[in-house]
Amino acid sequence: MKFFNCCRFLTSTGLLVWILVSSTYADSKDPVAKGLRIAQDTEDFQAGFENYVAKQTMILRDRKGRESTRNLRVKVLESEDSGKRILFIFDEPRDVRGTTLLIHSNPGEQDDQWIFLPALQRVKRLNSRSQSSSFMGSEFSYEDMNPPEVGKFTYEYLRDEILRERECTVIERVPVSDGSAYSRQVVWQDKTAYRLWKVEYFDRKGDHLKTLTVSDYEQYLDHYWQAQSMTMTNHVNGKSTTIDWSEYEFRGDLDDSDFTQTSLRRTR
Amino acid sequence: MLGGIVLIVGVLSVGVPRIQITSDHFVLFAEDNPELQIFELFEDTYVETNQALLAIAPKVGTIYTRESLEFIEDITNEAWFVPFATRVDSVANFNHSESLDDDLYVGPLVENAAELTDTELARIQNIVQTSSELIDRLVSRDGQVAAVLINFVLPEDRDAAVLEVTNYLRDLVETTKVAHPGFDLYLTGEIIMQRTFYDATQADMTTLIPVVFLVIVVLTLLLLRSWTGTVAVTVLVIGTINLTMGLAGWLSIVLNPVTAGISVIVMTLAVADSVHIVTSYLANLRTGTVKQTAIKEAIRTNFQPITITSITTALAFLTLNASDSPPFHVLGNFVAFGVIMALLLSFTLLPALLSVLPIRVKTQSVKKHEMFTRLADFVIKRKYWLLGGGIVVIGLTISGVFRLQFTDNWTQYFDQRFQFRTDSDFVAQNLTGLESWEFSLDSGTDGGVTNVEFLNKVENFANWLRKQEEVGYVHTFTDTMKRLNMNMHGDKEEYYKLPEESALAAQYLLLYEFALPFGRDMNDQIDIGKSATRMTAVAQDGMTSDEIKELGDRAELWLNQNTPELATDTTGFTIVFSHLSERNIDSMLTATVIAMGLISLILLIVLKSVKIGFISLIPNYVPAALTFGVWGHLVGQVGLAGSVMTAMAFGIIVDDTTHFLSKYQLARRTGMTPPDAIRYTFEKVGRALWTTTVVLACGFIVFSLSGFEVTWTLGLMLSITVILAFVADFLFLPPLLLTIDRKK
Repeated sequence: MKFFNCCRFLTSTGLLVWILVSSTYADSKDPVAKGLRIAQDTEDFQAGFENYVAKQTMILRDRKGRESTRNLRVKVLESEDSGKRILFIFDEPRDVRGTTLLIHSNPGEQDDQWIFLPALQRVKRLNSRSQSSSFMGSEFSYEDMNPPEVGKFTYEYLRDEILRERECTVIERVPVSDGSAYSRQVVWQDKTAYRLWKVEYFDRKGDHLKTLTVSDYEQYLDHYWQAQSMTMTNHVNGKSTTIDWSEYEFRGDLDDSDFTQTSLRRTR
Repeated sequence: MLGGIVLIVGVLSVGVPRIQITSDHFVLFAEDNPELQIFELFEDTYVETNQALLAIAPKVGTIYTRESLEFIEDITNEAWFVPFATRVDSVANFNHSESLDDDLYVGPLVENAAELTDTELARIQNIVQTSSELIDRLVSRDGQVAAVLINFVLPEDRDAAVLEVTNYLRDLVETTKVAHPGFDLYLTGEIIMQRTFYDATQADMTTLIPVVFLVIVVLTLLLLRSWTGTVAVTVLVIGTINLTMGLAGWLSIVLNPVTAGISVIVMTLAVADSVHIVTSYLANLRTGTVKQTAIKEAIRTNFQPITITSITTALAFLTLNASDSPPFHVLGNFVAFGVIMALLLSFTLLPALLSVLPIRVKTQSVKKHEMFTRLADFVIKRKYWLLGGGIVVIGLTISGVFRLQFTDNWTQYFDQRFQFRTDSDFVAQNLTGLESWEFSLDSGTDGGVTNVEFLNKVENFANWLRKQEEVGYVHTFTDTMKRLNMNMHGDKEEYYKLPEESALAAQYLLLYEFALPFGRDMNDQIDIGKSATRMTAVAQDGMTSDEIKELGDRAELWLNQNTPELATDTTGFTIVFSHLSERNIDSMLTATVIAMGLISLILLIVLKSVKIGFISLIPNYVPAALTFGVWGHLVGQVGLAGSVMTAMAFGIIVDDTTHFLSKYQLARRTGMTPPDAIRYTFEKVGRALWTTTVVLACGFIVFSLSGFEVTWTLGLMLSITVILAFVADFLFLPPLLLTIDRKK
């Protein structure tokens, strides 16, 4: 009996060890699983901030170096269903001041979008499946600006690489939906805090279209790293856009009621 | 000696395979060409206008069927995969917007076309037919033809990119035609034109060169009636062409349809020198002279006239450097180089060859120039008739110059043997014009494009343009604005107008931009500062470049008078081309006059007589004028070729006059009376000039085999001029000499 128990113990431990070993082994051997794990870990690491507000200054440059500036604010709220509520408030140019855009991102579903036009005093629900729209004529699209949901891509770990003196993992992600402008993205993230330092975007025919580089991060609440300045360069048309972030405020007095259609009118 | 020459020719020839062909049509323009600079600024502000237009025509029925729309939808999706494509526009992915209660729907007009119901089909048809943004641009009014427009941004290596894109597109069209036999496909646009530019160069290189070569060999054989002579001339021509093109290769010259002409022109001109020498050599042999002496004698008698005619020809071709169009600089320089090489080889390689090659000639004393003696008698007898008649004919012919219209339409640069041309013609006749006027309307302030006052001014200008009979279609941002205003007011038609408040317009634009998918943004219509917008007016089919320029000027004037704050230059691909000839004529005019002056001076010195020198001007200048007259009467339109023809022709025909007048002067100095001197000249140079005229005329006429408008016009005009020059030298110049040169 003892022997039997002993055997059972050994077998089960052996099995456990085998499972543990093989899973780690498989993980490092199977780039798809490893890619997915990194993406999942990133999302987990970034979750729990509750809400934040920040300012954005967008500087658009054409290929001759001419510049144009836009100013906006963004409010983000984590929602219970692990989706997000995002509110954009446009400040500059002057003619669009007070225009607000509300996005409810629903995991596994299409986003809901509402826009409030102060000149019309109307809230309109925007029925467009386009994720690839240029954000205010910049080189950023809406899909570039938001940390993507894990489920919207498939992943593949490519390699480790030193990027600007940081040890990074390089993974490739391929969008699941055909609404994306991209065929794939290659992402550089550091190993210490899952911060994203560079993304290369490839268009539908597989050509390198754009590169996002993040130059600066700051930590908030001793945990959350937020980009301070990110630049998107379009290699095809020679244009680029820089977004400078400032005045981050975490865990302010925000709740679901600040992210509804009716709240759009009140937002300042 | 022979070995040395062969070595030099050999070394240079190695360069020949280094020659490349370009498809960059902008090589036709100088970098500081003002129209091009405005256009480049325009392209920097908006987007490069490298477009391909794929027209789709169902063989049966209209495009408003499930099959047709599905086909258009598929092609639209496939178009994204064409290399370097950045934007695709068609009726299928047209960003349609409509509102329902407080919902605004924005999305592609056609989706899953195969599953559309009849009601949905009817709805789409109704939307298309009432849309000012689609009809006459992406769908024909009768619904028979639809277009897929593809925009490209090309990388640094444009030549390779153009080949890649067009090969891909041509493959796509061919495979699609096979897979979907129910549809006709037509391919046009700037980028296809660029490819055709390349194809035409290649076609010219592969067809014109062998044909000219063959013509030269056959003609030389016919005219010289000697195998040895023909072999010698052929070797000389090959040597000259290898030297010239070899140098071109070593200097990394990139060929285009214009410079493709170098080799053929050089061949044609090189033959003239050697024919003169070989003719003399053969004539000497026939009188019984020993071979070596016959060669020496032939060289001696021909040395001065051939040197002078080569120098004048080279000089004339060098004046092409004044042209506003850089390929003509290359053409001029290399032809000048080739002419000098032909000269050098004629006095080195040719005599060496002649002395080596065996020859058998029957000694004969028959007068071979009987025809020219009779012609001389006739001319002397009928001098007043000829002079009077000549003046009348010249006057009448030259009057045709006033009927000449300069035209440079990029769609008409290539003839019907190129698919680009037939496809372009089809699209122009059945869907949309391909020539257009572009305007960049600047509000002057950032974000000013949505200023209501500005929008109304833009709208007025668009309305004015639409009223012009030359204009077929106007593409403007204000149409989008009006549509959005209507959408935001529950799709009520009375709101299909510009918003009344600037803030509202700005907010509409912001909203609309959020709904535009990748590659369909407003970047091609609004600059990044949102301070300027682009207006495109598409021309009706069949506009001449004069009409296009005229409307461009009229639009500028209208803006100046009605909304001076929006005043701008008309620009666009079409406009840049339409000014090409005009600019070139301006730049060539002075240069041509200077060259003529220089050459006349050389003639004056050579002929050692001011009077004869001045008389020489007439047969030198009149033929080119006559050619333009003939062209004006018979064709009416001339392009780029016309602007450089005079300079080229001048350098060539001045040779006839030089030969003619130097012999005449020689005769007069020996004490002959003018009629006797005329007879002597006719006998001495008649045959040689006839020979070179035939060779040159036949050589140049081969150019008309080219499918490139500039080349075939140039060839035909040069050919006519050379013949007219011969006629003028033998029928008009003698009576003139007899009338004026009466002393002694």
